Amino acid sequence: MNGLFASGGPLVAVLLGFGFGFVLERAGFGSGCKLTAQFRLTDWSVFKVMFSAIVFAAVGLYVLEQIGLVNAQALYVPIPYLWAIAVGGALIGAGFAVGGYCPGTSAVGLMTGRIDALVFFAGLLIGTYLFAGFFPQLDALTTAGELTRGDRLPELLGVPEWLVLVVLVAAAVGVFFLGGWFERRARAAGQV
Amino acid sequence: MENSNACGLPQRPYWPAWRAGLALGVVLLLTFILTGHGLGATGFTTRLSAWLGDLAAPQWTLANDYLGPMIEDGSVLSSWITWQVLGVFLGALVSAYFAGRMAWRIEGEASAGRIGRLLKALAGGILAGFGARIAAGCTSGVGLSGAAVLSVAGFVFLGAFFAAGLVAARLSGGGVK
Repeated sequence: MNGLFASGGPLVAVLLGFGFGFVLERAGFGSGCKLTAQFRLTDWSVFKVMFSAIVFAAVGLYVLEQIGLVNAQALYVPIPYLWAIAVGGALIGAGFAVGGYCPGTSAVGLMTGRIDALVFFAGLLIGTYLFAGFFPQLDALTTAGELTRGDRLPELLGVPEWLVLVVLVAAAVGVFFLGGWFERRARAAGQV
Repeated sequence: MENSNACGLPQRPYWPAWRAGLALGVVLLLTFILTGHGLGATGFTTRLSAWLGDLAAPQWTLANDYLGPMIEDGSVLSSWITWQVLGVFLGALVSAYFAGRMAWRIEGEASAGRIGRLLKALAGGILAGFGARIAAGCTSGVGLSGAAVLSVAGFVFLGAFFAAGLVAARLSGGGVK
């Protein structure tokens, strides 16, 4: 499993990362201006791209499970430490709004020559040292609020997986309609 | 084609959101099929922090309860996520190069000023780097990849992320313009 060409090896990692970085740049997500336009509600690309990617991958995994090509038990599911996830997610969202990027998109932005993305990336390291310095005080927070009723929405809500997927697909379509409406309004108002 | 970028100099338009979203979905699905996990970013910056800390201040880093154990495990950068982020760098470079979007610049300096913009970028990076260690992941690792496996963590992350982002953008002058 540890060979260069193994699916968990370096070559596959570089190729998948290449696709990730390529698509993020093509989407315009190397630009802090385009990314934060989501929070100004004038450009809904972040919502649209994330939602469609999530729905595509989730439906794809479901179909592949049904025909026996993917073992659902073997997929990594993050543990729902609700407080840790909510606090961390809020800090990353705030950092995104203030700094213009999230960690992955700052890596894309700096490769396109954006000095501000490079500075954001350096900030990530400083934030890591800050966390490490206060780790004895923060350790408990990183596992706070564990939800034990289920790690995934179908188990938590007690509904079949296909139903969750149907709702997600509908939500994605809704995001495209709602986002389109906001974008047309922003253009008409001359905000874009 | 119209110029779809309202963020500065005229340039070639980006992909429409539906196309970028489907392409990202394909890459994400392939990642799960091949490795059993999703895509990430801060797994690398954390390891990079430990590695640089070991170079610059080995005693502090080794004694630190969070970074120390990573160093003790041996070559801290030798990991799947390091190669994946290296791929992200390359993919972004190739995409931007062939789209003619490579240029040294400080985005947003027109509205925030050069120093102001860079200070905001630094502050944002610190917040995100710190937050990613509390959530044990970032927008890619917990938000995008977590939601793709329908995890509760993924959707809680995305909710908190966007709610805080909307509020923080209002309070800090509307993001990068």
